[in-house]
Amino acid sequence: MIEAASNGMMRVGAIDQSFFTDRSSGNCIQDNKLFCPGWVADNYDRYVDPTLQHLVLVGSAVAAGFLIAFALAILAHRHRFLQTPFLAGTGILYTIPSISFFFLLLPITGRGSLTAIIALTAFNLQIIFRNITTGLRNVPPDVTEAARGIGLTPSQILRQVELPLAMPEIIAGLRIATVSTVALATLAVFANGGGLGTEIVTGSNITFKTGIIVAGSIAVIMAIVFDGILLLTGKLLAPWKRKQAIS
Amino acid sequence: MVLPALALPVPALPAGFLSLFGDAFNFVFSGQEAETGGVTVGGTSQVVELATKQIEVTLLALAVAILLAMPVGLWLGHRQQGEFLAVSAGNAGRAIPELALIALMAAAIGVGLVNLVVALAILGIPPILTNTYVGISQVDRASVEAARGMGMTEIGIVRKVELPLAVPTIMGGVRTAAINIIATATIAPLAGILTLGDFIIARNVYGDAGVLAGAVLVALMALALEGTLAAVQWAMTSKGLKLNRS
Repeated sequence: MIEAASNGMMRVGAIDQSFFTDRSSGNCIQDNKLFCPGWVADNYDRYVDPTLQHLVLVGSAVAAGFLIAFALAILAHRHRFLQTPFLAGTGILYTIPSISFFFLLLPITGRGSLTAIIALTAFNLQIIFRNITTGLRNVPPDVTEAARGIGLTPSQILRQVELPLAMPEIIAGLRIATVSTVALATLAVFANGGGLGTEIVTGSNITFKTGIIVAGSIAVIMAIVFDGILLLTGKLLAPWKRKQAIS
Repeated sequence: MVLPALALPVPALPAGFLSLFGDAFNFVFSGQEAETGGVTVGGTSQVVELATKQIEVTLLALAVAILLAMPVGLWLGHRQQGEFLAVSAGNAGRAIPELALIALMAAAIGVGLVNLVVALAILGIPPILTNTYVGISQVDRASVEAARGMGMTEIGIVRKVELPLAVPTIMGGVRTAAINIIATATIAPLAGILTLGDFIIARNVYGDAGVLAGAVLVALMALALEGTLAAVQWAMTSKGLKLNRS
């Protein structure tokens, strides 16, 4: 009875088979060698939409994750007793596998990119929350003491002293969250959320090595580019760290 | 259509919202006829079978990842060398798209248990390597010097001084690896190994009740694994460190 359900690769999604057409002159698809540059040259345009969808998924999930985690971290910074429950709550969201999360949301949000974005956001929260709280906690007490001494209010201390000093940690958290989300967003295809996963799993793509390699490589390159952008942003926002970063 | 339509506002809960959970419950405990007709799918025996497979695959891959990554991390950390290697391995590992890895492994090398375990272990190695390195190399050098002064061998220093102090960091890496592996084991049916993920992926066989049941079971299993590893970490942490924490 389980035999009937095997060969999962052919059943994934109700996806349009005509999507997969060979426009190259060679026999790339029939031969299915590990990598066929000719096919890529003829078909690079089919990766444009999935790449854009992937960018939207990652951008929305990281932005939403950052906003929520930031609010939670500020709350937990003011009221220390919230730290443990927030950490536990985001920990549960982080632990639940995204692919399972998609389908837990299914009865509520249905299939689509919104479902994927919610699940990816839930995954992100803990990474970002943890880094913001660590960054805030690592601000030396002398510094906040001095800030209080010159007459800053608690919210001024937060905005003008603690947050800037915590910036390297915050950016580090964003880098981890973004890179992980780019990789994880390939699974959004299972929630019908689009993205580069469609070029891996849809129809007969799952057995076509060149296609898998191209889609996977785009995801890896996207992760590296995002990581680089955030790294540079971090250096701009925390100039005093530059010397340490170089050494 | 270029971008996916963001389905805002959130649609109201469908009428069958609660009954779907009831169907999922029935799917797990008594099974139902396959959407494709004929055979019965679901039910406790299939659930147990697929869950056992998922745990088996996860633990095997985790064990392989620990055996490969931890000795390297211990060695590099103890010698305080290879920081670049250990840390960039962790960063690079995060960028590996799980789906592409599993699909490519299945398409290029073939389906099967060994290939799947190798692919999953690849996902587990980076966090364990990085955290082991960081945990060991961050042990206070004064403690290590003191141990050396007392005449401990290098292996003794690693075992009795550095390892106990690094347990929280190392176990953090093991837990990250375990979460990543069990999550990815959910898509193992794509590589021909049927885990609980089959309920999720093969909707046209198991129906919506099966999909929801699979999602709940996978989530519970991941949480149970994380809880178990947290307990293992607690048991492995020395008394002194626990006191220090509070």
